[in-house]
Amino acid sequence: MHDKTVTQLAAALKSGELSSRELTSHFLQRIEKADGSLNSFITVTAEQALGEAEAADKARADGKAGKLTGIPLALKDIFCTQGVKTSCGSKMLDNFIAPYNATVVEKLRAAGTISLGKTNMDEFAMGSSNENSHYGAVKNPWDTSAVPGGSSGGSAAAVAAGLVPAAMGTDTGGSIRQPAAFCGITGLKPTYGRVSRYGIIAYASSLDQAGPMARTAEDCALLLNVIAGHDVRDSTSVARGVPDYTETLNAPLSGLKIGLPKEYFGDGLDPEVEKAVREAVKVYESLGATVREVSLPHTHYAIPAYYVIAPAEASSNLSRYDGVRFGHRCDSPVDLQDLYTRSRAEGFGEEVKRRILIGTHTLSEGFFDAYYTKAQKVRRLIRQDFLDAFEDVDVLMGPASPTPAFDLGAKKDPVSMYLQDIYTIAVNLAGIPGISVPAGFAGGRPVGLQILGTHFAEAQLLNVAHQFQQATDWHLQLPAFAEENA
Amino acid sequence: MQWETVIGLEVHVQLATRSKIFSGASTAFGAEPNTQACAVDLGLPGVLPVLNEQAVAMAVQFGLAVHADIPEVSVFDRKNYFYPDLPKGYQTSQMYHPIVGAGEVEITLDDDTTKRIRIHHAHLEEDAGKSLHEDFQGMTGIDLNRAGTPLLEIVSEPDMRSAKEAAAYLKAIHSIVTYLGISDGNMAEGSMRCDVNVSVRPKGQEAFGTRAEIKNVNSFRFVERAIAFEVERQIELIEDGGKVVQETRLFDPERDETRSMRTKEEANDYRYFPCPDLLPVVLDQAYLEHLRSQLPELPADKRARFQNELGLSAYDANVLSGSREMAEFFEEVHRVCGDAKQAANWVQGELSGALNRENLSIQNSPVSAQQLGELISRVLDDTINGKAAKQVFQALWNGQGDSADTIIEAKGLKQVTDTGAIEAMIDQVIAESPAQVAQYRDSEPEKRGKMIGYFVGQVMKASRGTANPQQVNGVLKEKLDALL
Repeated sequence: MHDKTVTQLAAALKSGELSSRELTSHFLQRIEKADGSLNSFITVTAEQALGEAEAADKARADGKAGKLTGIPLALKDIFCTQGVKTSCGSKMLDNFIAPYNATVVEKLRAAGTISLGKTNMDEFAMGSSNENSHYGAVKNPWDTSAVPGGSSGGSAAAVAAGLVPAAMGTDTGGSIRQPAAFCGITGLKPTYGRVSRYGIIAYASSLDQAGPMARTAEDCALLLNVIAGHDVRDSTSVARGVPDYTETLNAPLSGLKIGLPKEYFGDGLDPEVEKAVREAVKVYESLGATVREVSLPHTHYAIPAYYVIAPAEASSNLSRYDGVRFGHRCDSPVDLQDLYTRSRAEGFGEEVKRRILIGTHTLSEGFFDAYYTKAQKVRRLIRQDFLDAFEDVDVLMGPASPTPAFDLGAKKDPVSMYLQDIYTIAVNLAGIPGISVPAGFAGGRPVGLQILGTHFAEAQLLNVAHQFQQATDWHLQLPAFAEENA
Repeated sequence: MQWETVIGLEVHVQLATRSKIFSGASTAFGAEPNTQACAVDLGLPGVLPVLNEQAVAMAVQFGLAVHADIPEVSVFDRKNYFYPDLPKGYQTSQMYHPIVGAGEVEITLDDDTTKRIRIHHAHLEEDAGKSLHEDFQGMTGIDLNRAGTPLLEIVSEPDMRSAKEAAAYLKAIHSIVTYLGISDGNMAEGSMRCDVNVSVRPKGQEAFGTRAEIKNVNSFRFVERAIAFEVERQIELIEDGGKVVQETRLFDPERDETRSMRTKEEANDYRYFPCPDLLPVVLDQAYLEHLRSQLPELPADKRARFQNELGLSAYDANVLSGSREMAEFFEEVHRVCGDAKQAANWVQGELSGALNRENLSIQNSPVSAQQLGELISRVLDDTINGKAAKQVFQALWNGQGDSADTIIEAKGLKQVTDTGAIEAMIDQVIAESPAQVAQYRDSEPEKRGKMIGYFVGQVMKASRGTANPQQVNGVLKEKLDALL
């Protein structure tokens, strides 16, 4: 069962071949057995999941089942889940039981899916390796000495290891696409505003976006159907109709115009990764697509601009963790200043503190224009680069990450870690959607092909990704870990 | 040396929306602590603000009322600082692109002259919660009911030159917001609070002196007292060779003084930046016109109309247009009785006196405008005389009857105008007062006028106050003179 896609499992549930209870217990057992070494979950809600599975089976018996009724999923621990610990990977929120559900969680529940638990992540979604979690690093199921990527590393590892058929992640600078690439699964970051952010613990509000992580583009389409749409509780969510993303999956690609940004194939790109990506592009050519080189001239400003804007927003978003109303509070504070200082010093990890400091500095009087205002200008230029490129081509393709998954502990210097996101970060600054699909291996570790489209082009991205997956089988390959722990 | 005072005010007006500016929680005052704070108000992880459109409409209405520019686009910013009653660690406000641009209000001074005070801008923001220090030994309680209540901060130019002008400005703002119905204007409950910027400069000097900001002054009276104290403090300081430092001060009404809170050096760097959770507010012309068409008559227009069309004095027009409730009451009395001067006299005389004695506001007047108007009508149509009218008013006040007519009827206060009845009473009084009649007869003709008062009094007494005094006077004179 663990090697099946959501689409296949949904069919099995529908035909009565399987019950949700069986399916749910199967994955819970796999988590029980395998996650000790993987560490992909922070919280497993077994009892609740089994209860929901029984309710799903009953709903099906009563003829009230939807497409995804009874499908088990996992949620990155950044989504607020009522009555369940929602830690955001931080000691700060180790004691936080969310009193409400995020909109994404509500929608997934309404669709009849079952949450098996909350997956591990870099603290407050800040990181590219999942090593910044208060709950310890997550291992990559393809090679347990490697990182799974971040920040949605727990979700990616759990899906890759067959502990859950799909999971929800969030992506602020690559946090869905890069771990999807590192773990050999499919991960979609929708257009900013496509999915409600209500109930998703904010890192950088103008960049955060939730999306599905699964084996296939088809599964991602099924899940995006559920979570996309306007939410009155999120003013930045866009009031725009949601198509059925599965309907256009099989549209032919003949005549598709693919652009390869030359800046995505430059220095620092691992040759084996490049080879895999170029091979993938050839597959598209064989499917009738045409390929040309394009330029995104402001690409090299993306990381500096991101590391002004994201920390600035984060420094403000994370001010609410002050030890007063919820979250970690230091023992016996002597006064208010002590309460703030020690609660925050104890509750936040190194990387979170670093970004709060950066953000506080860049917003300070006398520095604001030089950093924040300038970065916003760069952001507009980067967005314009993409819009210009999409005048000429339908989609852009390149690597999701310059290297395959690196070893745990390999990147000690924060800047070298930040450079991991060189191909993903500009996408968040521009607000466009992007998907990473498995496209081979480099040194035995998965390589992700990143496909980018213009705003609200999710249907096209999923179509383009799905057609690749009809022509290749990279996405069907499972790590040995998944079999050993069967 | 002659000194000149320069004053600018920042007035925080709590808008009378049903729910908060960024959440659906109620804004009602006085509930149990933390019962009106939802997830958004508590700043729980993951929550997002959604702008209350009613707050936007109210802010725009204010802008239109003070003839301000209303920019097409305004933007919410985050003002970042830590405080226990500030749940998110930032206040959502408008720093760079406020919803209301430059405007002006007219104030009326004691000598009934007017002056224009310019408004720099007005912006929307959310209120913080309250820290409660009294009830918790060695600890502080936090009540977040108020957190997220919409405020309109109205920032004036430094156009005021005395404490009286500042108070008049505050009153003008108060009457505008209550006329518009965008705030209850209740200063005791904190619906209107104000920060006062005060500086002094030698008369004739153009450059402003260094200012001090006095925080949280919450009554008209305190504004005057705080300014009076602060002006004196600054002048003394300078005259003694010292220098005023730019700082924030707190007014202590019990000691009638201001005290330093923090100096400029200790001031926070609020690290303002545009709130990424909220879209810019875009207002089109049609929306502005729609709101403009719904504006009620405003205090300045009402004042002018009372003076020009109703013929009231400047003083009366000013007092009667001072608050929406007062104006509405007066206009209803006028509508019922048809005589503006009488209506003005009664509202400002008998009614205001009674309200003041019992410390009641006009909304809580036991005598309704309809009742008062009918009472005045009865005086105007000679049904009762002025003396009886006061008795009827008192009876209405005490709830002894529903209307002037029922009270007049019940108490038999109807004026006696039947000449026969009056003549009979007069004849009786003359017959019973031979000594006074003799005195009248023997007096110099010019002194008799005064002496007639005695007879009038006796007749009124005999009629229990109901005889028409003019009539009594005339008939008495005739009859007494006939005896000469």
